[in-house]
Amino acid sequence: MTDVATPLGDEGFGSVDEHSKGLSQHAKGRMNSVLMAVLPVFAAVACGGILLALLGRDPVSFYSNVVDHGLLGSLGRQESLIRMAPLLLIAAGLMVAFPAGIWNLGTDGQFVVAGVVVAALGPELAPNVNGLVLFTVLFVVGFAVGAAWAVIPAVMKAWFGMNEIITTLMTIFLGVSFSSLLVKEFFDDPSTTVPQTKVLAVEDRLPRMFGSRVHIGLVVGLVAVLIVHYMMTRTAFGLRLRIVGMNPAAAEHAGMNMRSLTLSIFLLSSGFAGLAAAVEIAGVDGMVRAEWNPAFGFAVVPLVFLARFHGPSVVLFVAAFSSFSIGGESASRKADLPNYFVLVMVALMLIFLAISEFLQARSKNVVKDE
Amino acid sequence: MTAIELPPVVELAGITKAYPGVVANDSVNLLLHGGEVHVVLGENGAGKSTLIGVLSGMVTPDSGRILVDGEPVQIRSPKDALDLGIGTVYQHSLLVPTLSVIDNMMLGTAKLFSLDREQARRRLDELASVLGVQIDPEATVGDLALGERQQVEIVKALWRGERALILDEPTSMLTPQGVQALSEVVRRLVGNGLSVVFITHKLNEALDLGDRITVLRRGRNAGELAPDKIASTERGDLKDLVVELIFGAVDPDMSMNQGEGGSLDQQSVCFRLEEVSLHGDKPWPVLDSVSLEIRRGEIFGIAGIDGNGQKELAEVIAGQRKLDSGEIFLDEESVTGLSVAARQKRGIRYVTDDRHGEGTVGELSISLNTVLKRVGQRPFWRRARVRHSLIREFAATLVAEHDVRTPHEEVPIANLSGGNVQKVVVGRELAMEPRVVVYNKPTYGLDVKTIKAVLARIVSQANQGTVALLISTELDELISTCDRIGVMYQGRITGILDSQPGIETRLGELMTGGGEPA
Repeated sequence: MTDVATPLGDEGFGSVDEHSKGLSQHAKGRMNSVLMAVLPVFAAVACGGILLALLGRDPVSFYSNVVDHGLLGSLGRQESLIRMAPLLLIAAGLMVAFPAGIWNLGTDGQFVVAGVVVAALGPELAPNVNGLVLFTVLFVVGFAVGAAWAVIPAVMKAWFGMNEIITTLMTIFLGVSFSSLLVKEFFDDPSTTVPQTKVLAVEDRLPRMFGSRVHIGLVVGLVAVLIVHYMMTRTAFGLRLRIVGMNPAAAEHAGMNMRSLTLSIFLLSSGFAGLAAAVEIAGVDGMVRAEWNPAFGFAVVPLVFLARFHGPSVVLFVAAFSSFSIGGESASRKADLPNYFVLVMVALMLIFLAISEFLQARSKNVVKDE
Repeated sequence: MTAIELPPVVELAGITKAYPGVVANDSVNLLLHGGEVHVVLGENGAGKSTLIGVLSGMVTPDSGRILVDGEPVQIRSPKDALDLGIGTVYQHSLLVPTLSVIDNMMLGTAKLFSLDREQARRRLDELASVLGVQIDPEATVGDLALGERQQVEIVKALWRGERALILDEPTSMLTPQGVQALSEVVRRLVGNGLSVVFITHKLNEALDLGDRITVLRRGRNAGELAPDKIASTERGDLKDLVVELIFGAVDPDMSMNQGEGGSLDQQSVCFRLEEVSLHGDKPWPVLDSVSLEIRRGEIFGIAGIDGNGQKELAEVIAGQRKLDSGEIFLDEESVTGLSVAARQKRGIRYVTDDRHGEGTVGELSISLNTVLKRVGQRPFWRRARVRHSLIREFAATLVAEHDVRTPHEEVPIANLSGGNVQKVVVGRELAMEPRVVVYNKPTYGLDVKTIKAVLARIVSQANQGTVALLISTELDELISTCDRIGVMYQGRITGILDSQPGIETRLGELMTGGGEPA
């Protein structure tokens, strides 16, 4: 996985060069990375088409259904934009963690626990405060609870060097179970038959924009991704994180405090996952049911890799994925395929991403050997 | 004596092996006789490891012949070597610590579908009695003491045949008692007619154990001492002879520090280590009460074979490693508790020997690497925001001043040659008022021209009043550059000499532990 992280050193991120001599090479590099990002997508679409044909479905009508419902239709487009909000926030968190070589794969756990707390707090708070205070409190609480859910893996990594891939994955299962427990035992709305929290009244939810159903969380997500992109490319903190990711020994040699950096990476990245949940609850769901886990985190991980941690590209990929999954849901229904077909497509993209990484690395080596 | 000498059981003739940029073995010859301990001595990089690699099947030579019992053979893999009865015990254990002794023995030798424990046990008993030791076949390897584990390694090396046994620096992890036990085992083995190759860089050990001594220097045979020569020479003379063979004579035209010597005595002590100790994973401390006083403008050399605590000393001074006891003073102010960054600010700089591993970040540009230790600091960052134009300007000055060969300073530093990377690293550490600079093997792997440039830079920096601590394994480089030279052996400073031509024999003795009573 570390290999996938390397390209941002020269292209996606380290854009120090506007230097005249470096320019042509740099432009070439940028072209190359655009190609590298787009090729796997096309390959996956082609491969998915073959799969559809093998299953006896018409690929052309499937894909045109996807585009119609996810992008062209007004309802579908709004739906896609709404879906983008939590995905962008989770992506912002991963853009902090992955370049630093911290594989926080537990965003789904951080998301659900924060979501439950926010869902329980929202309806209690809403009658007593105005909207601005309500949303500020919910966002801060969401961020804090998400971060808190990563404290244990963070400490185990920073002090004992324990592999965070395992520990953060474990905290998903713990998080989903724990939030179910919270819903059933403490926050259950007695007026409903299924275990769920009280519902945040529709008029108390995040304001909508331009007379559409798209709420302001989308803006929050976009701003978060761009701020993180700026932080990683332009600030000392971001450079430190990237150095930790590229060469931990050099970070230590240069006197960076690895423990506090590791802790901040964990807390920031999981905090964003918590914020994502707050936005989703306050913007769309308004409540949480037991066993709730939309698994947005796992969907975002490959997107962040495909975009090579580059902020604007992350936005593009999240947008493409959102419309694909919204459009794919209805296209799958129409083609009488399970919803999982969308995931098959994402998996195909990842496989082709890995293949193109491999080919690129190999062509680099060949040049070096000569 | 020559009359009863047996014909060699294994003969390496004219072995040559070149790697890109270095000839590791250049027509090396080695004769292994049954019933003899053949010690192979040499500095780091003298070609010992390559030679063992050829014998054990890990390295295929470019040219040369290998004869076993007078018959030419090919050793293409470790399996070939083992089948010929040539076994090797490496410095690092190749046993599986969670398995029992007997299971370790059967690993790699057992047939696919049959596990003949009884036969394996008989072979283990047989070899244990050859070694003259007791080995519990059911003991878990991880529970054994280091010495016992080594005996198991030896048994494993001899498992498929007992012609020759190669021991690669076998005493490096052993206590003195362990060394004693090992030498008894070795004696028994040669008593049984085996040929033992003993690789070491410890002089006393070599003289105690060796029936025959071969010295390698810079990939060539520097000399061989036959048994009769060893028997007929007095120990003190033998030491001098071997040390001279190992280190050779000093290149006279490298002198640099002449003429500065007199004024140093008037300078005050600027940098001081007081009883600095550090414990590691070896039976002895990694640093054992190291005390040093260095004057302003002085170049103090640290000589020693790699791995005797030099790297740890450098890291303790840089602040990268916490010491267990002792104090470090800069201008009589303790810096012991300060972080790397704080020491950096006070002018304590460390030119690491690992310029690619930890010294630089390969994917980042040269310019960002020049400020690697100043991330977030003024003037290069203001309110945490990077100022690329200032960094680029700083890097351009450094590149020009240190003659770094690169198209421009935004190239990823991984694209530079080793020598140019080193110039960047040295330039970075010398920028902005250095007070104390630790150079850890600064010329390692560089070409002659760059070596001269780097050494000249060290001297000119010292002439401006900077304290320099120059760690090196190259004696001629130390003697020509330093004012005084301290020798490190097993974590201790075993002697401090004024640097002048003619001290290399004494340095060599101290470096190989020969300065102490045997």
